[in-house]
Amino acid sequence: MHEALVWIGGGLVIAGTLLSLLGAGGVLRFPDVYTRLHAASLTDTGGATLVLLGLGLVSGLQLDTVKLFFCWAFIMLTTPAAANALANAAYGSGHKPRIGTFQIVPADKNIPADDGPAEDGPTGDGSSGK
Amino acid sequence: MTYLPGLVIALALLWFGLSGETSPFFLGLSVIAILLTLLLSARLKVIGRDASPYHRAPQLLLYMGWLVVEIVKANVAVIVRVLGPRHAIDPAVVRLRTRARTDLGKALFANSITLTPGTVSVDVDGDKVLVHALVRENASVASFEPMDRRAARAADSSKRKG
Repeated sequence: MHEALVWIGGGLVIAGTLLSLLGAGGVLRFPDVYTRLHAASLTDTGGATLVLLGLGLVSGLQLDTVKLFFCWAFIMLTTPAAANALANAAYGSGHKPRIGTFQIVPADKNIPADDGPAEDGPTGDGSSGK
Repeated sequence: MTYLPGLVIALALLWFGLSGETSPFFLGLSVIAILLTLLLSARLKVIGRDASPYHRAPQLLLYMGWLVVEIVKANVAVIVRVLGPRHAIDPAVVRLRTRARTDLGKALFANSITLTPGTVSVDVDGDKVLVHALVRENASVASFEPMDRRAARAADSSKRKG
């Protein structure tokens, strides 16, 4: 039984690592700071959760499991604050998000982002331009 | 100061969870550590209903369970976008009005948006939340409605006092 848990836990750890790698790939691939944040949050949420869950299964139910849970809880509490600080700083310093086929919302007209796409082109693709 | 007992219990549980010590010497140290933490918290004026929401613990835990499911779903969606062709993303910005009244409710809602891959809350101003989303179809006002409703229910008590 414990043997099986170790294998399942190990599998989860590897899956979490791969997911973090995927998040890093997304950070390289996406066009601007906001979209890259979305990719980075894969690492924060899915990657960290899978790795910690896997470690919890490997360690079995004991005090270490509680510590792993605390780790998870603190990650869940703190990473949104970091992501929000980044997004807010970028937005506050006038970095306009690149909007795809943009169509923006009601509520308020004073969103700087909705009066057109940023610098180059209406699509989210900046690299393979004309 | 009704939030003090909740904070004391939380700190004691945290201490024991991290140390696992039961000898009198270490328990004595734990009392000193907790008292010091309380002293610092009081000096920072963070003992209050928003900083120690232990009176809402059951609702918040329930909400957390729901949020984890949402996060898993959103993870899958973003993985698809990361692996998909470049034009699979279609970023959008949306300004929402949250129904949360307390700071705790607003913080919970905005942080839930950020925690969910594919959406990031950029700015909170009054009851308006500016959200950047990876895919436009996830950025409609209606798609945030369930999260807003649940977050407000979890954080804002029905009988509120300011």
